[in-house]
Amino acid sequence: MGEHHGPMKGIKRWLYATNHKDIGAMYLWFSFIMFLTGGALAMVIRAELMYPGLQLVDPNFFNQMTTTHGLIMVFGAVMPGFVGLANYMVPLMIGAPDMALPRLNNWSFWILPFAFSLLIFSIIQSFLGIADAPNFGWTFYAPLSTKYGPASTDFFIFSVHMMGISSIMGAVNVIVTIFNLRAPGMTLMKMPLFVWTWLITAFLLIAVMPVLAGAVTMMLTDRHFGTSFFDAAGGGDPVLFQHVFWFFGHPEVYIMILPAFGIVSAIIPTFARKPLFGYASMVYATASIAFLSFVVWAHHMFTVGLPLAGNLFYMYMTMLIAVPTGVKVFNWVATMWRGSMSFEVPMLFAIAFVILFTIGGFSGLMLAITPVDQQYHDTYFVVAHFHYVLVSGAVFSIIAGVYYWLPKWTGRMYNIGLAKLHFWCSLIFVNLLFFPMHFVGLAGMPRRYSDYSLQFADFNWWISIGGFGFGLSQLILLWILIDVCFRKKGEAVSDQVWDGADGLEWTLPSPAPYHSFSTPPVVK
Amino acid sequence: MAEKNTQYYVPEQSPWPFITAVALFLVALGAATFIQQNSGSGIVTNEGSSGSIILPLGLTLIVIMMFVWFRDTIKESLANMNSPQMDRSYRMGMLWFIFSEVMFFGAFFGALFYVRILAVPWLGGAGEEAMTHELLWPNFQAMWPLTQTPGGGTTEAMPAWGLPFLNTVLLVSSSITLTIAHHALVAGQRNKLLLNLFITLVLGFAFLFFQIEEYIHAYTELGLTLDAGIYGSTFFMLTGFHGMHVTIGATMLTIMFLRALKGNLTPDNHFAFEASAWYWHFVDVVWLFLFVCVYWL
Repeated sequence: MGEHHGPMKGIKRWLYATNHKDIGAMYLWFSFIMFLTGGALAMVIRAELMYPGLQLVDPNFFNQMTTTHGLIMVFGAVMPGFVGLANYMVPLMIGAPDMALPRLNNWSFWILPFAFSLLIFSIIQSFLGIADAPNFGWTFYAPLSTKYGPASTDFFIFSVHMMGISSIMGAVNVIVTIFNLRAPGMTLMKMPLFVWTWLITAFLLIAVMPVLAGAVTMMLTDRHFGTSFFDAAGGGDPVLFQHVFWFFGHPEVYIMILPAFGIVSAIIPTFARKPLFGYASMVYATASIAFLSFVVWAHHMFTVGLPLAGNLFYMYMTMLIAVPTGVKVFNWVATMWRGSMSFEVPMLFAIAFVILFTIGGFSGLMLAITPVDQQYHDTYFVVAHFHYVLVSGAVFSIIAGVYYWLPKWTGRMYNIGLAKLHFWCSLIFVNLLFFPMHFVGLAGMPRRYSDYSLQFADFNWWISIGGFGFGLSQLILLWILIDVCFRKKGEAVSDQVWDGADGLEWTLPSPAPYHSFSTPPVVK
Repeated sequence: MAEKNTQYYVPEQSPWPFITAVALFLVALGAATFIQQNSGSGIVTNEGSSGSIILPLGLTLIVIMMFVWFRDTIKESLANMNSPQMDRSYRMGMLWFIFSEVMFFGAFFGALFYVRILAVPWLGGAGEEAMTHELLWPNFQAMWPLTQTPGGGTTEAMPAWGLPFLNTVLLVSSSITLTIAHHALVAGQRNKLLLNLFITLVLGFAFLFFQIEEYIHAYTELGLTLDAGIYGSTFFMLTGFHGMHVTIGATMLTIMFLRALKGNLTPDNHFAFEASAWYWHFVDVVWLFLFVCVYWL
């Protein structure tokens, strides 16, 4: 011990990993596998909804598909994707040798495949027709998940507990790394924005994942030990579940978008060849969004019958979020303004992010208006809104980040032609998939149903085409990754990779050495 | 051969995190199966697999893993391999972990305040939810402690000034003796450290003993049970999770006592002791909130 240790041989390198890049790579691959798994479930949903009437699956199975699709995408694809990027990039960006607590880091990762195996086992049983998977929606409202939840709900509960432990430990690690392992001279206000957004995201994770654990614990005792948290006959309240869930759930959606802001804020200056416009305002905007995320949760509950004053409070607080978010969007646009722009693949995804995320932001603003939301609530308009911010927002940013840093990770440039094809296919199909959902939603099509009225038929056919197209397009990304990671194809790249790139990670060789910075670099 | 830098220390690879993840999986799988098979709620996935084997197996594995993992860390610490920077990482990590625990209790306190301030009065016809009251339980009267539920269950409330007050005195005293022990450790006074740490442990375990006594009293004499409505639910979940955390804290302090006996803790290298002490004070503060919000008011 204390001696030089390089990577271990074979499988042990991954099972016993303490290296932030190895663990980051495992997180990213896990995220991508979950993305494809959750996507496959979405294909079932879209196949069923392609035509009106019941085609392929029965309504109960359909509900299991929407539920597990949501759970896998949120907890399996997007969150681990960002954690993977944080693991890989934060030490490189702040001049650290590794994460602060490397063994804890490995524990955080390896909990995840086991947690998801509990959930995926239920899904496999459901496909085989043995038992029902969770079928109450990814928000698992009581009493659907308590009194009426299938037996697999208990496995789901413990799976969420495991994901929570993983997220909390991962977030503790990120915060400690950022506070304690910055290179000399790297003051807080010199940190790259990706580091800043992750610092704040990690704080949100530590603050709200335990609340989610509390929520599922109450579910468990309500189901098995006769407690009355969500049962009015015992003096509890089903609405209490929604409060506890959304106290977690709203910060959770910012957990899934703040790191995206960080990635885009790294990419746009590189390819506009200008420093980020309004760095300090970006930091303050991120912090304000995080703060506001704790006081807006009941905007998910406008229709449950809260007192009027409550609804109004949450409406105004929610609309306030548009201010710091607007600051960010304007800053990105101002960064590009009169920049010496070029349109490499990461930049294409980043620009698409700015435009499409803004569309999702605007529909969010519409949903924030209480009286209007009475109409929109639980329609496809909501589905359109959160898929714009999560797919063309969060997922696009992860993809942009992968295309941006992949040459740094592997030392090789991926197939740019294929990557551009991946971008254009994704862009066209994602809009074909989610834009018409606004129309059918405004016209009154409810979400989470396996069937719909005839007047929604044409739009749904196009939506399904968009869905299949978007799903297939991601196989291009799979091929690009296999090509560059396993088949070792592609030209060697320089240390800096992109000529406009700035930051400590680009001062290291590509790929970066095993212990990223073994001596701390000096930041001016 | 030392690494070329002297600045950064990166711990070497370890099999324990992965095996701990396996252990956690066994605990989760075993607990879900065990609860389904033994809670009597009628929800059972699979009669064949046995939670009563998997759960203890997982828990045992977790204990073994904690032992070997901490053993390695302690060895590294005793071999002076931890830089001051590493020490700071540990400290920050522990503080943020305690913050996550605060938020966990926050969820249950939030539930308690919600039912006391909103849900129960609404069921009794207050505010905008009058129709719920009219239509479902017109005879229900809002009160706290909720000794009579809308569904008709009855129970008795737990008085604050008996065992709960005694327990408050015990825990607060234990925090004081622990602080004395800490000062003794920093000052290098071994006997004072051992004596005060021992008193802390006695007080902590006495707390747990009386807590169990109180639960027996609640179940056998007051009819106050987990399924006695929302008062029982919040009472047992809050005090139960607190008791669990006292058990964890007492275990940590027991290990600190054993390590102090071995002379393992030195005035300038005793992060584990401080972390355990922080945890103990956290548990103490949670109890004060419990005493005020659950028992007293």
